[in-house]
Amino acid sequence: MMELLDSQRAAEKTLTTVLAVTGLDVDIRTPTGTVRVVNKVSFTAYQGQTLALLGESGCGKSMTAKAIAGLLDPVASVAGGVVALEGKDLNTMSARARRAVAGPSLGIVFQDALTALNPVYTVGTQLGEAFRIHRGMNKKQARLQAIELMRRVGIPEPEVRASAYPHQFSGGMRQRILIAMAVALSPRLLIADEPTTALDVTVQAQIMALLRRLREEENMAVVLITHDLAVVAEEADNVVVMYAGNVVERGPVATVFSAPTHPYTKGLLESVPTHAVRGDELSSIPGSPPELKNIPAGCVYQDRCPMVAAICRETRPELRQTGENQFSACHFSDVLVTQAGNPTNDHSLTSPQLEDNQ
Amino acid sequence: MSTHTMANPGKNVLEVQDLSKSFTVSAGSGGSRKLKALDGISLSVGKGETLGLVGESGCGKSTLARTLMMLETPDSGSVRFDGADPFAFKGKELLAWRRRVQMVFQDPFASLNARMSAGQIISEPFATHKDLYRGSAARSKRLNELLDLVGLRSTDAYKTPQEFSGGQRQRIGIARALALGPDLLILDEPVSALDLSVQAQVLNLLNELQQQLGVSYIFISHDLSVVRHVTDRVAVMYLGRIIETGVTEDVFDRPLHPYTAALMSASPKLDPAMRPAKRIVLKGELPSPLDPPSGCRFRTRCWKAQDICASRRPEATGLGADGNISLGLPTIGPAERAHMAECHFPVSSPAEAGLVPA
Repeated sequence: MMELLDSQRAAEKTLTTVLAVTGLDVDIRTPTGTVRVVNKVSFTAYQGQTLALLGESGCGKSMTAKAIAGLLDPVASVAGGVVALEGKDLNTMSARARRAVAGPSLGIVFQDALTALNPVYTVGTQLGEAFRIHRGMNKKQARLQAIELMRRVGIPEPEVRASAYPHQFSGGMRQRILIAMAVALSPRLLIADEPTTALDVTVQAQIMALLRRLREEENMAVVLITHDLAVVAEEADNVVVMYAGNVVERGPVATVFSAPTHPYTKGLLESVPTHAVRGDELSSIPGSPPELKNIPAGCVYQDRCPMVAAICRETRPELRQTGENQFSACHFSDVLVTQAGNPTNDHSLTSPQLEDNQ
Repeated sequence: MSTHTMANPGKNVLEVQDLSKSFTVSAGSGGSRKLKALDGISLSVGKGETLGLVGESGCGKSTLARTLMMLETPDSGSVRFDGADPFAFKGKELLAWRRRVQMVFQDPFASLNARMSAGQIISEPFATHKDLYRGSAARSKRLNELLDLVGLRSTDAYKTPQEFSGGQRQRIGIARALALGPDLLILDEPVSALDLSVQAQVLNLLNELQQQLGVSYIFISHDLSVVRHVTDRVAVMYLGRIIETGVTEDVFDRPLHPYTAALMSASPKLDPAMRPAKRIVLKGELPSPLDPPSGCRFRTRCWKAQDICASRRPEATGLGADGNISLGLPTIGPAERAHMAECHFPVSSPAEAGLVPA
């Protein structure tokens, strides 16, 4: 029941790239024109590791995931970039080839298990579908596989429960079924879109432990989409921080969280009430994210940034290397790097006074 | 940075004794069954104090809030508001009492009427409480006062909710709750629908308002880091009962009940230094409140459970200032710092709770 935190999981091993996303653009067509919701997003997910896509609502993290999985709504479309899963570009594949990939190569776990499951089929039937379609099994064989899967994800009495319908399960158990469905065909890449947001904290811990275990057993690459900084800190090896459709910072979690080199990442980390004393003012980021329709020219974060200067209003900063495997899209990342050079893990560094005196 | 003034412990705004509430649930052909949502709840809230209510979904937090708002009638037990029983009030007395307890809801997108302007929403209570602000001049003066109080501009009064961001909508909800000058605000997950960067703004606002107005809060949340930051005292609920209560830092640093220890342990931490040495992962999920376990309600998921837990409901045990656990109220130490838990085998030390290395 007690288990040790595997803080040592990032052991030295040669990394195998499973997913490489390069310059991904996603557009949504609206009555008032086309809106770019994902802009030149690039990152790499490695075998046996978890990559977190972190950001607030509307930052484009789910859109990125849907674009990778080929599940975009009809109003949205990939406008550019390469999504290479084990070296094959998914964007240029035919629909048929792409369907063959879904399951054996790529699995996805959705946030809301009740809407993701079909209410009129038993979970045994739904779990067995993957085996019938991809492995050509008959109903009976598929059902046996489904029961085995349910046992693996920790559903008690799977032989009986396989005949139950989704509504007869609790939230945590439904999430387990969804995870079972995603890993049924041992995919190389598992995308988990806010898998625990709808769950209570004690159940969340169970589900995260299950995902960790399956990742180890299957040696999958996991892309975890979340808005929870603490979950990222505990679960992920690498993190991609998104803001208004753009990647603003990316790198190993340990470095990005202890020494952020983008003002947004820094602001987010400071907003978390960690060891603040009762009644102390929390530092917060003023304002709210821009509407995707009116993304300003220049830096996407300019309106809320404490370090904003004239250049930020004109030129959008490119991702630049700021540390080992760490990249930041900020004109002043150097200043933050120097600050972070201080041997401190304290997130409450004071912001430099670079405000534009216009 | 602001200094927080400790609440005056001598004067309680609200005192609840042995409150119980059950609902009748249809059980198909088997007739109906009783669901005990609240089972003997006792708590108190001091003037200017914040009491945190923590617990998983289905534990009765919201039923408690609704009962305190007089939206539900309790089966038994007493509620005393400044010494008077609000359930005995009628007519004008009742109307006058309604001013004094107000609620802020979780979802600022669903709880505001999209067809009304912010000004109309905030000043709607004046239509019911006619004698409070007479005439349109007095009302618009109060409206501007309220908008200013929650950090909105006076021109915002003419906008509709959908023109605001999530954080601003929650400010409207808070302004509406404050419109009648209440003594107690019940905040039902007030920031959980908000993005992290905005969450801190709203928490800071609530803190400022409390210092400025001396209003008491009951703060319902599942986010433990937020609860630790904003509450003076905390009550942990499980299946309709408060299983542990005490001063927030006492409960967080030295949990007595195994469930509290598990909650603290299960919640992900951003700061690696704050992570538990050993993580307690609970088995299973919350049992159905229709059929709660005999004896101690937590025993089905508890790692310390023994035979006695199934046969006898544990009495409250307290932690004395001397650090010893004894049955009943602690005799040593100030009464307002009482730290109580209902358990036959309370957690003996922070090390046993896995919070510090053994």
